[in-house]
Amino acid sequence: MSDTHVLPLEPHTRSTETRHMFLNIGPSHPAMHGIIQITAELDGERLLATDVEIGYLHRGFEKMCELGPYNNAIPYTDRLNYVSPLINNFGYCWAVERLMGIEAPERCQYIRVILSEISRITDHLTCVGASAMELGAFTVFLYMIKAREVLWELIEAVAGARLTISYGRVGGVKADLPEGFAQRTHAALEEVRRVLIECDKLLTRNRIFVDRMQGTGVISKELAISYGITGPFLRGSGVNYDVRKAYPYFVYDRLQFDVPLGSTGDNYDRYLVRMEEMEQSMRLVEQALKQIPAGPILVDGGGQAIPAAAMVDLAKLGQTGGMKRVNVVTDPTLGGSTKSFHCGINAPERRAVLPPKEDTYGNIEGLMHHFKLVMMGHGIRPPQGEVYAPVEGANGELGFYVVSDGSDRPYRVRVRPPCFTIMAALPDLLIGGMLADLVPTFGSVNMIGGELDR
Amino acid sequence: MWTDLLIKLALAGIVLFAVLNLAGIQTWLERKQSALMQDRVGANRAVFYLPWRWAAPINWVLRKLGGVGLLHALADVIKLLTKEDFIPSSGAPFLFTLAPWISVFFALVAFAAIPFGDSLQLFGRTVDLQVAHIDPALLYVLALASLGVYGVILAGMGSGTNLSALGGLRAASQMLAYEIALGVSLIGVVVWFGTLDLQELIRQQGTYLFGWIPQWGVVVQPVGCLVFMTAALAETKRVPFDLPEGEPEIIGYFVEYSGMKFGLFFLTDFVETVLVAALTTVIFFGGWQVPYLGPHGFAFPWGGAIELSRLTVVLLGVGAFTLKVSFFIWLFMAIRWTLPRFRYDQLMALGWKGLFPISLANIGLTSLLRVLVH
Repeated sequence: MSDTHVLPLEPHTRSTETRHMFLNIGPSHPAMHGIIQITAELDGERLLATDVEIGYLHRGFEKMCELGPYNNAIPYTDRLNYVSPLINNFGYCWAVERLMGIEAPERCQYIRVILSEISRITDHLTCVGASAMELGAFTVFLYMIKAREVLWELIEAVAGARLTISYGRVGGVKADLPEGFAQRTHAALEEVRRVLIECDKLLTRNRIFVDRMQGTGVISKELAISYGITGPFLRGSGVNYDVRKAYPYFVYDRLQFDVPLGSTGDNYDRYLVRMEEMEQSMRLVEQALKQIPAGPILVDGGGQAIPAAAMVDLAKLGQTGGMKRVNVVTDPTLGGSTKSFHCGINAPERRAVLPPKEDTYGNIEGLMHHFKLVMMGHGIRPPQGEVYAPVEGANGELGFYVVSDGSDRPYRVRVRPPCFTIMAALPDLLIGGMLADLVPTFGSVNMIGGELDR
Repeated sequence: MWTDLLIKLALAGIVLFAVLNLAGIQTWLERKQSALMQDRVGANRAVFYLPWRWAAPINWVLRKLGGVGLLHALADVIKLLTKEDFIPSSGAPFLFTLAPWISVFFALVAFAAIPFGDSLQLFGRTVDLQVAHIDPALLYVLALASLGVYGVILAGMGSGTNLSALGGLRAASQMLAYEIALGVSLIGVVVWFGTLDLQELIRQQGTYLFGWIPQWGVVVQPVGCLVFMTAALAETKRVPFDLPEGEPEIIGYFVEYSGMKFGLFFLTDFVETVLVAALTTVIFFGGWQVPYLGPHGFAFPWGGAIELSRLTVVLLGVGAFTLKVSFFIWLFMAIRWTLPRFRYDQLMALGWKGLFPISLANIGLTSLLRVLVH
C-alpha cells in the first residue's frame, strides 16, 4: 500500500529550489542595541535556527576590579547595569562588607532599599517602554521615559549624578538623603503612577499589543530553572523566586511586598509582572520612607564606633603565625617592608570609611585612619576569604562573588549577571517563532550590555 | 483648444502645488503632533536669517517660523539633497534608482482624478475642479495606488540585501491582502450611488436622506467606511501597518537608500497619506460638499436660507474639502502615534479573515437594501 500513488509533485520540486535565508540581525540593528548579533536562518519569516553572539561590550570589568583597591571597583559597577546602577553599587559594597564582617548602619540600609527600589522602577520603565517602542508604540516609550526622568531627578538629588552615580560605599553610602526627600519622592511616585495608569490603558488591553505579546517567547518553568534564569523572566513563568524574599538582605524582611507571578511564561506575562513589580517597588519605597530611622549613614565615619574587640591586633592575642616569615629588608615605599605579610599578621582591618575631615586634621588617630585608607598599598583590607552576595537586580539575581587574599585588592570579583543566563536561553525562545517575535522577546529579556558582557 | 490645455495645466499645477505643500507641511505636522502627544516640544530650531539690514522684518518672520519648527521641512530637503547618493554594489543600480521614482510618480498621478471642488464657469466654459475627468475615476485611483507598490518591491529587490528583500516581500503580500479588501469595501458605495465617477459620486452625496441627513458615504455605508479606512491605512504603510518598514525588525525596504532617493520614499509616504485622506473624504465624507450648501447658497432644512454667489459657493467647497482632508491626515497621524505594529501573520489574518469577509457581507447587505429602497 505504501507505493500506491506516485507523487505528481516530483518533477516540480526538482525544478524549484528552496533555500533558507540567512539573516544577520545586528550588531548594527535598531532592536539589538548595537551590541548583539543574532544570526538567523529563516524560512520565509519563520526562524529555523538562531545563533546569539554576545561580547560586543566586553570591557574586562572583572579583571579591572583586580587591578585596584576595593573602592576603585565601585565606579566600575555603575557601568554594569547602567539603567539601575544603584543596585549594582549596593550589591558590590554589601559583598565587601560581608567579607569584612561589618554591617552598614540601619539608616543606610533603608536608604539602600529606597534607592534600589527607585532604580528597579527606572529599569522596568525602560524595559517596558523600549519593548513597546520596538513594537511601534513610540508614544508609550516617551511617556515612560518621562516618568523615569522624574525618578532620575530624585536620584540626582541624592547622589549628585544620574547615571554614573558611584553612591555606594563599603560601610555605608556617600551622602545622606537631602532635605525634603520624602515629599519629593511621594510627588514623584504620584507622577509615575499616573504615567503607569496611562500606559496601562494604552497597552494592557490593546488588542494589537496583546496579540504581539501573548504566546510569543514562551519559556517553561523547568527550562527557565535549568538555564538558571532569575528575576521577572523567571517569575513570568510562575516560579516564586525573589532574592528579596528568599534571602532577605538590607531591611527587606521588615517591609511588606508581594511577588507578582505569571503563569504561561510568555512575553505578555513578563510585561504584566514588570508592571506589577513597579507598583510593589513604589509600595516598598513608601514603607521604607515611613520607617527610616535617624542616625549615621556610614559605619565608622558618622560617629558609630566599631567595637574595640573587632580592632584588636591578632598578634596581641598570640596569633603571630605570619610574623615569623617576615623577611626584613629596607623598603623605600610607604607600604613598608612587611607589606607582603600584612595579611598574615595584621588585625582584620574593619575601617572602611574615611574619617571626617575635622578628625583627619585634628588628631593623630584621625590622620592615621585617613592614611591607612588612602595611601597606596593600604586601603580597605578584608581578611582572607570569599563571599557571594546576591541582591535582586532589576533583571534578576545580581550576585557579586568576591575573593580576598588579605591584600588591599580583590583577588577575584565575579559578577553573576542576570541577563547572561537569559541570553543563553534566547535561541530556545526564538526558534519556531516569527522574525517579528524576536522584537518583543528580545525586549522582554531587557538585555543590558554593560551587565551582560562586563 | 489652447485655453482648455492651459486650464488643465493650471489645474494640474494647483493640485501638484497643494499636494506637495501638504506633504511638506505634514512633516511639520507629524513632528509637532507627535510632540504634542508625547509631552515634547518638537521641532523648534531650524532657522536662517538674511544678512541685510533692510531684511529685519523678514528675519523677524523667519525667527517666528523657525520657533514653531516650520523651517524644518526646508532643512530636511537641504540635508537630503546634499547627502551622499549611495548605491549598494550588491544591488541592481538601475532598479535601485528607478524604484523611488515609481513610488512617488504613481502616488502623485493618482491625484489627477480627485475632484477638489464643484464646477466653475470660466471663460465661457464649465470647468470641473478636477485635473482629469475620468469616468471610472475610482478604478483609476485604485489602479494607480496599487501600482505604487512596485516601487517598494523594486526597492526591496534592487537593493540586493536580505533585509530589504524581506521588506519588499512583505509589501507585496500586504498590498495583495489589503488591496482586495479596499476594492471590495468600495463596491458597496458604488452599488448605492450607482457610479464610478468621483465628481458624480460627490454630487450625489449632496442629496439628503429624510430631507435633512446629508447622504454622505459614511451615513449609508458605515461598515464600508471603516473597512476602507483600515485598508487604506494599510496602503499607506504606516504604523500599525508599517510592516514593510518595520524598523526594529527588518528596518525596511529602503534600508540601503540615502539622500534624495530616500527623500522620495519619505515624500511618497506623506503623499500617500494625503491621497488616502482625500479618497476617504471624496468617497465617504461628501468631498467638497458642505451640509445644506446648495448651488445658490445655504438652504437649511428648518427654513432659513443664505444667498451666496457661485464663486463663494465653489470656494467654500474647496475650503471644506481641504479641511476634511486635513482632518483625516490628523486622524491617521493620531493613530500612527498611538498604536503598536502588527505581526506579519496577524496582519494577513486581519486582512483575509477580517476585513475581506466583512466587506463581502457589506456588499450583500447593501445590494439588498438598495433593491428594497428603490
